[in-house]
Amino acid sequence: IHFILLFSRQGKLRLQKWYTTLPDKEKKKIIREIVQIILSRNQRTSSFVDWKDLKLVYKRYASLYFCCAIEDQDNELLTLEVVHRYVELLDRYFGNVCELDIIFNFEKAYFILDEFIIGGEVQETSKKTAVKAIEESDMLQETVEEYMNKPAF
Amino acid sequence: MPAPIRLRELIRTIRTARTQAEEREMIQKECAAIRSSFREEDNTYRCRNVAKLLYMHMLGYPAHFGQLECLKLIASQKFTDKRIGYLGAMLLLDERQDVHLLMTNCIKNDLNHSTQYVQGLALCTLGCMGSSEMCRDLAGEVEKLLKTSNSYLRKKAALCAVHVIRKVPELMEMFLPATKNLLNEKNHGVLHTSVVLLTEMCERSPDMLAHFRKVRQLSSSQLVPQLVRILKNLIMSGYSPEHDVSGISDPFLQVRILRLLRILGRNDDDSSEAMNDILAQVATNTETSKNVGNAILYETVLTIMDIKSESGLRVLAINILGRFLLNNDKNIRYVALTSLLKTVQTDHNAVQRHRSTIVDCLKDLDVSIKRRAMELSFALVNGNNVRGMMKELLYFLDSCEPEFKADCASGIFLAAEKYAPSKRWHIDTIMRVLTTAGSYVRDDAVPNLIQLITNSVEMHAYTVQRLYKAILGDYSQQPLVQVASWCIGEYGDLLVSGQCEEEEPIQVTEDEVLDILESVLISNMSASVTRGYALTAIMKLSTRFTCTVNRIKKVVSIYGSSIDVELQQRAVEYNALFKKYDHMRPALLERMPVMEKVTTNGPAEIVQTNGETETAVLETKPPPSGLQPANQANDLLDLLGGSDITPVIPTAPASKPATAGGELLDLLGDLNLTGSPSPVSAPAPQIAQPPFLLDGLTSPPLFNDIAAGIPSITAYNKNGLKIDFTFERSNTNPSVTVITIQASNSTELDMTDFVFQAAVPKTFQLQLLSPSSSVIPAFNSGTITQVIKVLNPQKQQLRMRIKLTYNHKGSAMQDLAEVNNFPPQSWQ
Repeated sequence: IHFILLFSRQGKLRLQKWYTTLPDKEKKKIIREIVQIILSRNQRTSSFVDWKDLKLVYKRYASLYFCCAIEDQDNELLTLEVVHRYVELLDRYFGNVCELDIIFNFEKAYFILDEFIIGGEVQETSKKTAVKAIEESDMLQETVEEYMNKPAF
Repeated sequence: MPAPIRLRELIRTIRTARTQAEEREMIQKECAAIRSSFREEDNTYRCRNVAKLLYMHMLGYPAHFGQLECLKLIASQKFTDKRIGYLGAMLLLDERQDVHLLMTNCIKNDLNHSTQYVQGLALCTLGCMGSSEMCRDLAGEVEKLLKTSNSYLRKKAALCAVHVIRKVPELMEMFLPATKNLLNEKNHGVLHTSVVLLTEMCERSPDMLAHFRKVRQLSSSQLVPQLVRILKNLIMSGYSPEHDVSGISDPFLQVRILRLLRILGRNDDDSSEAMNDILAQVATNTETSKNVGNAILYETVLTIMDIKSESGLRVLAINILGRFLLNNDKNIRYVALTSLLKTVQTDHNAVQRHRSTIVDCLKDLDVSIKRRAMELSFALVNGNNVRGMMKELLYFLDSCEPEFKADCASGIFLAAEKYAPSKRWHIDTIMRVLTTAGSYVRDDAVPNLIQLITNSVEMHAYTVQRLYKAILGDYSQQPLVQVASWCIGEYGDLLVSGQCEEEEPIQVTEDEVLDILESVLISNMSASVTRGYALTAIMKLSTRFTCTVNRIKKVVSIYGSSIDVELQQRAVEYNALFKKYDHMRPALLERMPVMEKVTTNGPAEIVQTNGETETAVLETKPPPSGLQPANQANDLLDLLGGSDITPVIPTAPASKPATAGGELLDLLGDLNLTGSPSPVSAPAPQIAQPPFLLDGLTSPPLFNDIAAGIPSITAYNKNGLKIDFTFERSNTNPSVTVITIQASNSTELDMTDFVFQAAVPKTFQLQLLSPSSSVIPAFNSGTITQVIKVLNPQKQQLRMRIKLTYNHKGSAMQDLAEVNNFPPQSWQ
């Protein structure tokens, strides 16, 4: 996977994870372009778009679009499963996750993603294990903050 | 100073902003506060401030001043700090900032931290954004962690190693020992990431690949059987709640294993043999009701097609794809079409069976599906099904989106040329394309069509009648009008004399014909080129028509003062023909003879080259008098390495009248129109037969089903330009190989003025037909196709040197390459 984007139906970015190096300006341009392409697709079309030398795989969950850019030899159907698994992880962690959860806890969304995917490849295929790792990390966090007697942030 | 506001507060506040300006104001205020907080080196709230900064960064605001702060957070002892610090590093830093190298030491320490979650953070960050320098410095640490027994860390280390290898391929060797017992794990996370690591190594290095195929792993079994065993366990084992997705056990791992098997089995009989059974098992047992099952089946099909599988398995795979095509889910259909496109060359017959389903996909609503269905349909056209397929494709041409029409038209022309069952059918098909998509037909197609029409001698009357009727109603489609004008000019006498056999002849007078041609001349819709065609057509009619010569004279003289320089020049010359050279007029404007199928619009050469290598010593034969196309000679010199070569055979006709048949010059493209009509002594224009053109190559051989199993090759793939060769052998003449080249462009800008040239060793002969166009559109959204015919009477190994020139991103590009990977079936 080259990058993952989450954006709302109005085109507002909720999460961006890049697994390749690109200048900031380039990233912004790409985001604008892709958001436009995907938002203009109607319901009847497939979830795959050929874009440059990559393939975009996207799926809409409620008001959020999840979009992954994969290479030519990657399996598109499996990528749909990857996206779905990420949503399931978010759901398990937040409990009935909705867009607001991701907006207000974006850093947690990133942490969860980082327990699931590293360098563009899946690292953990068990839902239980991934969520457990996050929860235990969280506990480390709280513990430290309790010690400091201050709220997290 | 009061404590900086909390992150959630900030988010809430910013979301209340009603305008962009309001939001910008809030952000600027907060940024200022954050900056001063950073300046004060406030440790307690640094974490909070950076978190806020990251949020603002996501909204699109600059956040670079927080980069150093991220580093400070990473260096802190608190876990919360580290977590945000590393996140910030991944979002804000990359190898282009010098600052990032300061991270290296922190990461090194954290990789050896006592808490595994800290180690995990470090591994994750390194694996996502580590630069080559960082990777070099820290590879040793990663390798150490790859051998740990802690599965949480081991899986992360494996993916980190993958990243290191991608950044610094030379370091691959160092991870080799650690891979020995990676697959003995029970933990799925480790298994998955290990398979990814092995895949990466095998893909990058053929040596590694060979090593993994042979070497015995720690538990004394080879890699392929080991993978097969793991896969088998996954399929056969009962329900495992932890890894289950819709009834399938760990599909992610299954797919990755299948992919690794593919790489191991490619071109290797033993490995392929070892995996035959498991592939068959997966293919038949996987549940197909949900996307998950289909994802696994898809990967299985890809693997079966790519390794040396037995034919039964391959048929099974194609049938799976056929079933996919019938699936309601668009994604599955899309994926099936893409795969079929890849396999159609090698397993042609099997794919043919699904032809009707593929043709149905032409009517799908999804644009990508339609495009793939179209490409696939063209690949499936052959002598047996051409009539039926053409009907469908013509219907498609009628109703498809404009972006397809040009490609579709070109494809139809190509297919019609190869497989036309009769000349009448061929002409009809061309007519149909011209009338339905006339304005989308590529300009290069016009000369080709004209030449085709000339060659169908008995169809002239029919053709000109149909063309006349076509433009009578509407003369806005330029390619159609050009072809029609040319034909009317040539065969106008047949038109007015009502000689048509094939259909009911129409009654047309000479004046009516001239009316339409004049309308074309006058019309605003006509391009300059079209006008040229029309004017010359009118001129030619002066010898074919009897009653209207005066009218023609008048028209021609009017245009002698046309603003359009091209028209003016022609008119002046034609005027001169009427006045001073009237005795020559009939001869000059005589009916065109049948043209050989030699095109010079592109780099068409029948070339004899003396041998393979750079220092070519060539026979110097004196070139025929004077009319050597200069640019072709230069190209040839370049192609053969710049030695002192005179091209032996010109392909342009040796002598021809300069003025008559302006279209002839258009057609053959490279002789310059001289300013004044040069008196030509030879009354009848003769096109010299290029002496080495064998008959076997002139008449298009009728191919039956494409000889199954000639694999196509990628002849060239550099700088975003990819050229694929596909092969056909003639059943009638086994020394002939027909190569269809497809050039595609994966960059973001079009490649224009693309010219493909080829040279072959001495014992071969080569004929290049016209390319479909000279522009390769960007993003792989279209291709140029061109047909090459190779005569190989001595059945020697085919080799070819190719030269590519094109314009890209504003500069002229040129490249030479050798193609040596021709499959044996293409020349034996």
